[in-house]
Amino acid sequence: MQKVILSGNEAIARGAYEAGVLVASAYPGTPSTEILENTTQYKEIDASWAPNEKVALEVGIGSCFGGARSLVTMKHVGVNVAADPLFTLSYTGVRGGLVLVVADDPELHSSQNEQDSRNYAKFSKVPMFEPADSQEALEFTKLGFDASEQFDTPIFLRSTTRISHSKSIVTLGDRKQDLPAPSLERNAAKLVMLPGNARKRHYDVEQRLLDMEDWACNQSFNRIEKGTGKVGVITAGVSYQYVKEVMPDADVLKIGLVYPLPKQMIRDFAANYETLYVVEELDPFIEEQVKAMGINVIGKEKISICGELTPGRLQQGLFDKAAPTEDNSPELPPRPPNMCPGCPHRGVFMELNRAKAYVTGDIGCYTLGFLPPLSAMDTCVCMGASIGNATGISKVLSEEDQRKVVAVIGDSTFLHTGINGLMDMVYNQSASTVIILDNRITAMTGRQENPTSGYMLNDLETYRIDMEQLCKVVGVKHVKILDPYDIKLTRKTIREEMARTETSVIITTRPCMLVPRDNMDKRMPLYVEHDKCTGCKACLRLGCPAITWDEENKKSNIDKIICVGCKVCQQTCGFDAFLECE
Amino acid sequence: MSDVKNILLAGVGGQGILLASEVLSEVMMMDGKDVKKNEIHGMSQRGGSVTSHVRYGEKVYSSIIPEGEVDILFSFELLETCRYLPLLRENGQVIVNNLKIAPPSVALGKQAYPENLTEEISKQFPATTVVNGLDLALEAGNPKTVNTVLLGALSIMLDVDYELWIKALNKMVPARLLDINLKAFELGRNAN
Ligand SMILES: Cc1ncc(C[n+]2csc(CCOP(=O)(O)OP(=O)(O)O)c2C)c(N)n1
Ligand code: SF4
Ligand code: SF4
Repeated sequence: MQKVILSGNEAIARGAYEAGVLVASAYPGTPSTEILENTTQYKEIDASWAPNEKVALEVGIGSCFGGARSLVTMKHVGVNVAADPLFTLSYTGVRGGLVLVVADDPELHSSQNEQDSRNYAKFSKVPMFEPADSQEALEFTKLGFDASEQFDTPIFLRSTTRISHSKSIVTLGDRKQDLPAPSLERNAAKLVMLPGNARKRHYDVEQRLLDMEDWACNQSFNRIEKGTGKVGVITAGVSYQYVKEVMPDADVLKIGLVYPLPKQMIRDFAANYETLYVVEELDPFIEEQVKAMGINVIGKEKISICGELTPGRLQQGLFDKAAPTEDNSPELPPRPPNMCPGCPHRGVFMELNRAKAYVTGDIGCYTLGFLPPLSAMDTCVCMGASIGNATGISKVLSEEDQRKVVAVIGDSTFLHTGINGLMDMVYNQSASTVIILDNRITAMTGRQENPTSGYMLNDLETYRIDMEQLCKVVGVKHVKILDPYDIKLTRKTIREEMARTETSVIITTRPCMLVPRDNMDKRMPLYVEHDKCTGCKACLRLGCPAITWDEENKKSNIDKIICVGCKVCQQTCGFDAFLECE
Repeated sequence: MSDVKNILLAGVGGQGILLASEVLSEVMMMDGKDVKKNEIHGMSQRGGSVTSHVRYGEKVYSSIIPEGEVDILFSFELLETCRYLPLLRENGQVIVNNLKIAPPSVALGKQAYPENLTEEISKQFPATTVVNGLDLALEAGNPKTVNTVLLGALSIMLDVDYELWIKALNKMVPARLLDINLKAFELGRNAN
């Protein structure tokens, strides 16, 4: 058997392949994105990006109703978007197996909240597996498909950042071959969820959870590892690894199916210990259920609900032994991320700052426009929220203040859930301005294709949405197309549209710098002619990483290796000091 | 006491840290060890601070190195080295690329890049090796091979067959860049 090093995400993709999956659908989101990207190496799988998580799940549901094993992946907050189909899918059950991978982000490495998706398993009554390393990620994915068909239920596979993005050694297997072929098969009593049908299905859902609970007590994914017998620990997922690291002598009940819990197994295990811990990240999900069984455990009073666990934090929580941390003292300047040199978003934020706009923001690379020196974002809630937020805040402001409100949103985010906000804006006659930063790609998550790209996940060409027409048919009368590398025009356009008393939309046209496919022509880098530079620092307001301040000479410098020659800085300089390299 | 060795890679997004940690992990797997490697993708890619944890030994559990148990801090930039020094164990080793990359507050003239960092690091950890990665990479023929130069410098500190490093580079570096990277590796290996 071949052994390779795989990340959790690569292992899930491999597991889907080995399970015989035919269809995979997703919307990108860190830390889940690489799962779908990795399914593309298996030509047997039809893999595609959906415009949002709800559509991704609906596509998966469709192919599962057609009899195909189907994989759907998303980040934790994606489940909020997909929750509507999810809760009823729980009632219909499946035909081909369906596994929904949800990747949580404890510590918010790149997310807007720290929600614990295990609560969705309980809420939607969908069973959930949770792997602790890449080997389990592969195995639990396969197991998930088998269990999905055996119990006629969708299955959650929960990952976290440290599972998805950690690599460990995995043994590969072969693809399952003997699955029934997809076909049309009608079964209205099960698939048409009108009240009369759904009422009956609810009883099946409840029975299914009881059956799975019994089953889970005798499966090897829930197992006991003997230590010296003094203390017991119940744990799951990545927390298991930290327990083994910090408490090598403890007896451990490692849970692989975190919902429904194997209650009898827990009772039998718990009976052996005076001191029993539950070690889990985020919410007291296992702890509360175990306590509800009348078993006394130590959990969240020792281990924080906030942030991720680490070996040091676990040790600190349980044994009061302080753990060292990285040096965050002010003498060491922080190094936050920044937009790339030549990023088409940069000039727009510089001008929004200059116009003193109140920016209802959204999620994407452009959220970095919040950081200094651009400092031009006032709100950021969830994908698509910028437009509704602008409409709402404008309702309660004076006419003068209303004109300051600008919603800023990326192309992928606009098509995800922003478009509905724009319909509302026009329909209910808001005077706000919307800027769509159309860089033709979902950049933040590592550059995935979307309906504005003109390409699909498999790199084949497809129809590219005409954003201007789209805004016009929604009813926006004033749609301006803007080259964001033209700073004078950017300033003028933003000011004019802010002053307007009807809904208006500005669409920028430059692609993301990192997409080789539509990259701008190769341009020469610039340099600063020090004889002309007066040291006024106007160019520093851009925050381009290629420009640095030379404290000794009191002049700006450009790093030629990373400058891409977008010439935006040249337009900020009043002294013609920015020249093109020969 | 477990036999697990912990190497923390640190630097700035875009410096090739992830490839370096891939090669290192591959070498350890070929050497028959259990290996785990961990890093955060996402926000940190855009020029932010980046770390990668590599652990290997008989059996590795946590992919995050327990705080204070780093054996070797393998760092691509001076300021980033200092940030992670507290995570080293007593008598830990440091390999540091002699390079300063200005973070935004320094680039904007709001804060100074700290002085005398190499001295500071060597004072705290006498087992510090400073490598002029960029000079050697240029000598190899491509400034982007700094990560391979540094791997070369790391390789002499680890108890693994030379052949395995060459095998891993052959497997993981794109063919057209292989010769330059092999040269960079040798230059790093003989640097000190
Ligand atoms: C519901 C939800 N799904 C996914 C994400 C992850 N995510 C963050 S930003 C983003 C898309 C950014 O693309 P775009 O709006 O085109 O802006 P760009 O990054 O290209 O500037 C995604 C998918 C999220 N935060 N929330
Ligand atoms: S990846 Fe693209 S959109 Fe994101 S900061 Fe870089 S250039 Fe801008
Ligand atoms: S031209 Fe100016 S703004 Fe554009 S990348 Fe180069 S230094 Fe940055």
